[in-house]
Amino acid sequence: MVRVDGRGEGASLVRVRGLDKKYQRGSEEIHVLQGLNLDVEAGDFVAFMGPSGSGKTTLLNLLGGIDLPTAGTITVAGDEITHLSGSKLTAWRARHVGFIFQMYNLIPVLTAFQNVELPLLLTRLSKAERRRHVEIALSVVGLADRMHHYPRQLSGGQEQRVSIARAIVADPTFLLCDEPTGDLDRKSADEIMALVEELVNQYGKTVLMVTHDPLVAARAHTILHLDKGVLVEGVRAGQDVLAGGGA
Amino acid sequence: MKFLPLIFANLFRKKIRLTLTLNSFAVALFLFAFLAVVKDAFNRGSDVAGADRLVVINRVSIINTIPLKYAAQIQRIPGVKFVTHNNWFGGIYQEEKNFFPQFVIDPENQRQVFPELVVSDGQWNKFLKNRQGAIVGARTAQRFGLKIGDRIPLKTAIWGAGSWEFNIDGIYHGKRAEDDETQLWFQWDYFEERVPERMKGQVGWYVVKLDSPDYAVNVAKTIDETFANSPYETKTETESAFAASWVKQFGNIQFLILTIGSVVFFTLLLVTGNTMAISVRERTSELAVLKAIGFSDLTVLFFVLAESLFIALIGGLWGLALAYGLIPFMGAALNGLLPNLVLPPSILGLGLGVALLIGAASGLLPGLGAMRLRVVNALRRV
Amino acid sequence: MAIPVIYNLRSIKARWTSAIVAVVGIAGTVGVFIAMLSLARGFRATLIASGSPGNALILRAGAPSEMMGGVTLDTVKVIQDEPGIARDDSGPLVTQEVVGIMPFPLISTGTDANVQVRGVSPNVLRIRRFVKIVQGQMFEPGLAQLVVGKNASTTYSGLTLGNTVTFGGGRWQVVGIFDAGGSAFDSEIWCDARILNQVLKRPDNIFQSLTVHLTSPEAFQQFKDAVVTDPRMNVDVTREVDYYAKQSTTLTKLITILGGIVAAIMAIGAVFGALNTMYSAVAERSREIATMRALGFSIGSVVLSFVFEALCIAFIGGALGCVAVLPLNGLTTGTMNWQTFSHLAFAFRITPGLLVAGMIFALVMGVAGGVPPALRAARAKISVALREL
Repeated sequence: MVRVDGRGEGASLVRVRGLDKKYQRGSEEIHVLQGLNLDVEAGDFVAFMGPSGSGKTTLLNLLGGIDLPTAGTITVAGDEITHLSGSKLTAWRARHVGFIFQMYNLIPVLTAFQNVELPLLLTRLSKAERRRHVEIALSVVGLADRMHHYPRQLSGGQEQRVSIARAIVADPTFLLCDEPTGDLDRKSADEIMALVEELVNQYGKTVLMVTHDPLVAARAHTILHLDKGVLVEGVRAGQDVLAGGGA
Repeated sequence: MKFLPLIFANLFRKKIRLTLTLNSFAVALFLFAFLAVVKDAFNRGSDVAGADRLVVINRVSIINTIPLKYAAQIQRIPGVKFVTHNNWFGGIYQEEKNFFPQFVIDPENQRQVFPELVVSDGQWNKFLKNRQGAIVGARTAQRFGLKIGDRIPLKTAIWGAGSWEFNIDGIYHGKRAEDDETQLWFQWDYFEERVPERMKGQVGWYVVKLDSPDYAVNVAKTIDETFANSPYETKTETESAFAASWVKQFGNIQFLILTIGSVVFFTLLLVTGNTMAISVRERTSELAVLKAIGFSDLTVLFFVLAESLFIALIGGLWGLALAYGLIPFMGAALNGLLPNLVLPPSILGLGLGVALLIGAASGLLPGLGAMRLRVVNALRRV
Repeated sequence: MAIPVIYNLRSIKARWTSAIVAVVGIAGTVGVFIAMLSLARGFRATLIASGSPGNALILRAGAPSEMMGGVTLDTVKVIQDEPGIARDDSGPLVTQEVVGIMPFPLISTGTDANVQVRGVSPNVLRIRRFVKIVQGQMFEPGLAQLVVGKNASTTYSGLTLGNTVTFGGGRWQVVGIFDAGGSAFDSEIWCDARILNQVLKRPDNIFQSLTVHLTSPEAFQQFKDAVVTDPRMNVDVTREVDYYAKQSTTLTKLITILGGIVAAIMAIGAVFGALNTMYSAVAERSREIATMRALGFSIGSVVLSFVFEALCIAFIGGALGCVAVLPLNGLTTGTMNWQTFSHLAFAFRITPGLLVAGMIFALVMGVAGGVPPALRAARAKISVALREL
C-alpha cells in the first residue's frame, strides 16, 4: 500500500519523511522538493509523473542514494540512508539498488554478459557463481542467446533488456527506473514494460519508475504526481489519459 | 583479478590512440636509455680507472716527456708493485678519420699493470718474439676486419715522419663490457730503434700499480717529491682522478644531457597525461554508471591508474627493448668518436622505474577527477 | 568551397588544453633541434673565425696539425723572402709559433683543464689583425710575460691582469688581455715563442708552425706554388681558414650526430603527440564534421581544414620553440677539442637559417600529425556520424 501523507506506520520497505531538496541554478535557488513524504511496501509498482523540471528524477536519485537531500529522511528496509557517509552509501547502493536508465548506459567495450556481470564484481562471489547469476538474469530478460554480443550489435530494445538484466542480477531490494522507455519505439516499449510487469508480478520485485508517458505509467499499480514539491496521488490510469493530464 | 577484463576493454577501446600513446612512451624511454648511455660513455674513463693505479706525467705539460730512467727509482718506492711506461704513438691508419689509439708499451709489465685487458698466452709469447709485433683490441680489429697475421702500416708525424709496419700477433679483450678494446700496442724496443736520436729514452707517462689502493696518496706524493727540482718534474695522481679531470674538461655536456632529458620527460608527461584526461572525459557517463551501480570512488580511481600504469609498463618495455637492440648500431655510427656504448641492466631498471612513475603521475590527475565525479551531474539525460 | 578558418581557430580555442599539449611537444622538439645544431655551429664558427682569409699556415709536410709540426729557423728565413708576403715597417709579416698544452685550474670545478699556450712572434698582432689588446699591453719580447684571451681569463683561475702565474717551471706575469673576436684564440694564452721553447725543453730554433699574412687573399696560390716547389724546404701550405675548419671536424661531427639522433627521436615523439591530439579532435567533432559534409562541404575541404588546424598548432609550437631557445644564443660553454686536447670556450650560435629550419621542421611535424586524422575524418560516413551522440 502506497501512502504520501507521511502517516504510514506498518512495514514499509521505503519510508520517506519531510524530504527537502534545494539547489542553485545560476543565482536562483530552486526548492524542488518540499517536505515530501512517501511509503512504499515490498512488491509495489509505483509510477511518478509530473511536468518537466518538477523533480521526478531528483526524487529517484535521492531514493537511490546518488544524491543527498537538504533535509528529511529516507529509510529503506530499515536502513536510514540519509546520514550514511560516501563510501557506506556506495556500498549500500551496490547491495540494495538496481538502476534502469533511459539511455541504457551500457559500457560499449564490454559484451552483454560482461555488462550484466558488473554489479557482481562488487560481491565476493566466485567466477562460476557470477556466471550462473548472469545467465539467469539474461534468460529472464530473454537474451540468453546474445550473451557475447556488444551493445552496438543490439537493437535499442535489446540494450534496454540487458540493462534490466544488469539491474536485477545482484537481487537488489528495489528497482529504480528513470524513463525506461523514453528512447524506444512503441513496440519495444511495450515489450520492456511487459518485462517489468513480469518482474513485479512473478518475481515480487519492488519497482519505482519515473515516466512522462501515460501509457507506460498505466502499467504501474499506483501513479503519483509530483506537484509543488510533494507527491499527490494520481487518479487511476484510465482517467488520467481521458483527462489528458500528467504529460 | 576479476577487474582485469574491464580494464583491458577500456584500454583497447581506441586502438590507434593506444598505439600512439604506447609508442610515445617507447620513444621517451628509448631516448632516456640513449642519453644515459652517452653520458656513461663520456664518463667512461673515470669509471674503468683503477683505484690501485697511478698515472705519472710531466708536471709542465702532458705532452712533455719524462726520462725512461725514472722507472727504476719509482719501482723502489714502498707500495709500488709494478711500473710500466707508455708513449702515445698517434699514427694514422690509411686515413685520418680511421683514428684509434696506439700505444708503445713495455711488454714486461703491461699485463701485470692492466690485468683486465686479456691476451692469450700463446698470442702474447708470439708477440714478444716479434720486434714488429702488435696486439690489437677486439673492437678495432672488428672495425677494420683485422686478423692475426695481418700486416698493417701506420704513418706517423710526431716521431719523425715515416711509415711503420706491424704484424698483428694477437687480439686482446677487456674483461668488462666497459673496457676499452680499441687500442693497438707495440714493442718499446722497436720504437726506440726507429725514433730520431733526440727522442730516445723518453717516456710519455708511467702507470704504477700499487700493492693496495691505500698506498695511493703516499706513493703519489713520494714520486713527485723524488723528482721535484729535476729538469723533468712529475705530477702523479690516481688513474681515476686523472680520468675524472679529463672528463670534466668536457664541461657542460653532462648538463646539456640532463636538460634535454628533462625537456623530454616533461613533454612526455604532458602528452600522456592529456591522453588519459581525454579518455577519462569521454567516459564520464560510463564512470557515473559504474558509481551508480555501486563501485566506490577509490575503485574508479584505481581503474584509471591501472590503465595508465599498464600503458607505461608496456610502452616502457617496448622502448627499452628497442634501445637494447638499436644502441649497438648507433654506437657503430659514432665509431671512434666515443667509447663503445654499453646498456647495463641498471639503466634498464631505472628506465622502467621512471616509466612507471610517469604512468602513475599522468593517470593521477584524471583519476582524481574520475574519483570525485558526482554521479548526479554525470548521468546523461536527454 | 573552403571551410571558414574561423571554425578551426575557435575549435582550437575550445579544446585548448589538448592544443597546448601538442604545441608544447612541438616546441620542445624544435627547441632541442635548434639548440643542438647551434652548439655544433658555434663550435665550428669559433674555430673558423680563428682563420683570416688573407693568412696562410705553414706546417712541416705531412703534419696533420700544429702540435705535430716542425719548422726550422732556416725555413723561416727562406719563407720571409717569398713572393706574396705582406711587409710593413716591422718587416715581413710572419709569425713563427710553438704550441703547448698546460694544465690550469678551471674556475668552475677547481680541477685542471689543458689550456693551449701559444708562443708567438712579437709582431703577431699585425698578422692576426682581428686580435686586439683590450686591457693592459702586449708582452715584451724576451720576457716571461703573458697576454691572455678574454675567454681564458674568465675560465681559469689566476689569469687576471697583473697576476703572476706559475707554469712550466717558471713565473709569468699577465700583462694584457686580448679579444680575438670570438675565435679559438680567445681560449688561448700567448707568450714569446722563444721563451716557450725553452720551457718545453724544445730545441731553440725549431718552431711548430708559421703563419704569414699575404699581400692579398688572391696571392695565396702564387705563394703556395713558390713555397711548395722550393727545394730548400719540405712544407705544406694551407689557408688559415681551411686549417681551422678542419680542426673542428671531429667534435662538430659528434655533436651533430648526437644532436641529430636526439632531435629525430624527439620529433617522432612530438608527431605522436600531435597525432593523438588531432585524432581526439576528430573523434570529438565527428558530428560537426558530418554536419558540414551534409551541408555540402567536400571531403577535400574537410581534410584541408584539419590539416590547416594542425599547421596552426605546429606553427605556434615552432615559434614558441624558437623563442624559448633564443636566450641561449651567445651563451658560452666550454669543452675539450679532441683534436688539440685543449679546452676551448665557444658560444651557442643561432642563425636565422637555423630558426627557419626549425620552423620548417615544426610544420613538417604538423603535417605528419594532421593528415592521417584528417583523412579519417573525411572518410567517415555522414549518416553514421550524424546519429552519433
